Amino acid sequence: MERIPILRMGEILLVTVQVEMHDQLALTLQEDLAERISATAARGVLIDISALEIVDSFIGRMIANISSLSRIMDAQTVLVGMQPAVAITLVELGLNLPGVATALNVDRGMKLLLDSAQRQ
Amino acid sequence: MNFFPDETGRMSQFDQSITDALIEQQSSIQAAWLATLEESGAVRGVRADELKKQTADFLKLFSEGVVESGGDYWGANGWAGTREFLEALSHSRALQGLDAQQTATFVFSLKRPLFDLLQRETSVPPASLVTQITLVSELLDMMGLHTVRTFQKARESVIKRQQEELLELSTPVVKLWDGVLALPMIGTLDSQRTQVVMESLLQRIVDTGSDIAIIDITGVPTVDTLVAQHLLKTVTAIRLMGADCIISGVRPQIAQTIVHLGLDLEGIVTKANLADAFALALRRSGLTVTKAS
Repeated sequence: MERIPILRMGEILLVTVQVEMHDQLALTLQEDLAERISATAARGVLIDISALEIVDSFIGRMIANISSLSRIMDAQTVLVGMQPAVAITLVELGLNLPGVATALNVDRGMKLLLDSAQRQ
Repeated sequence: MNFFPDETGRMSQFDQSITDALIEQQSSIQAAWLATLEESGAVRGVRADELKKQTADFLKLFSEGVVESGGDYWGANGWAGTREFLEALSHSRALQGLDAQQTATFVFSLKRPLFDLLQRETSVPPASLVTQITLVSELLDMMGLHTVRTFQKARESVIKRQQEELLELSTPVVKLWDGVLALPMIGTLDSQRTQVVMESLLQRIVDTGSDIAIIDITGVPTVDTLVAQHLLKTVTAIRLMGADCIISGVRPQIAQTIVHLGLDLEGIVTKANLADAFALALRRSGLTVTKAS
């Protein structure tokens, strides 16, 4: 079955969505990520959606869910590289993703995670 | 002959001798037409050789149309070539900057030469002549109207394109500093404009990798609930992309209006002027401005 890879970099989990996200894939990712966070005791999760170009309301909600899920599991989450079209669509759908940290690219997202890890 | 039998189609026909004369005397009609056109002054700015070609082409198409459709109603298939020609003509006239009257006169000025031709054809009985004249007149009227309609369409498309260009021009995204973008908004904000503004700003944020975007609304005359909602949407979209947004240029009246309307600008950083916003942006980027000496 097709899966989105979850890479471990020290205390941070890196999720890069490189394919068009469909409903089942998003659900699988949600489960996998929850498993991996608990298994690795990760402190931070970086979700890169720069390759994601089309979102519908379901995928939008899944992105919000995945982000808040890892936050609840005590892993700081940063959503990076959202495309303008995706951002506009999410706003129009009313999905403001409150409380989810965002960054322009992986580099800055990583810096954000490391900074907050240092502060703690 | 059966003239105007019903409302669905006008079956009146051109007399055979007229059709023949139309084809035979094309050059003399053209000469008379050109003279009428010159007199009316409707073709100022159009080159003589171009005009000559246009009139010749049109007469050719006209006589072809008469033969093929038998002078049938303007909507008939036989006139397709003429219609296309007139559309192309009015399009080029619109681009050349001629007005609707001048464009329509091109067709209408053909009336006199054609009437003269009809009068010269003595073989046609007077009773039939009146019908023939009516027929020619109606046909040319239809052509003239078609020309004007196409002309108007062409002008409208020009206006529409200019509006779009103006829309793009009115929302420039400027780079203030490395990683700091500014968008000075001028004029009323409506949905369409917000969309364009949002898209161009978000795209620039991606292209330049800027962390902070400042939207300056000094030039926005009024802020109502709709405008506030548009601003909120833009700010949220910018945040989702991973950048920060500062709204600047909130004038005293606008601040009062916002409070009176009870608008919720919670979560949006607002500053009174662009300088304050820029200072905040620099501070956030970890930069300070000091005097050189």
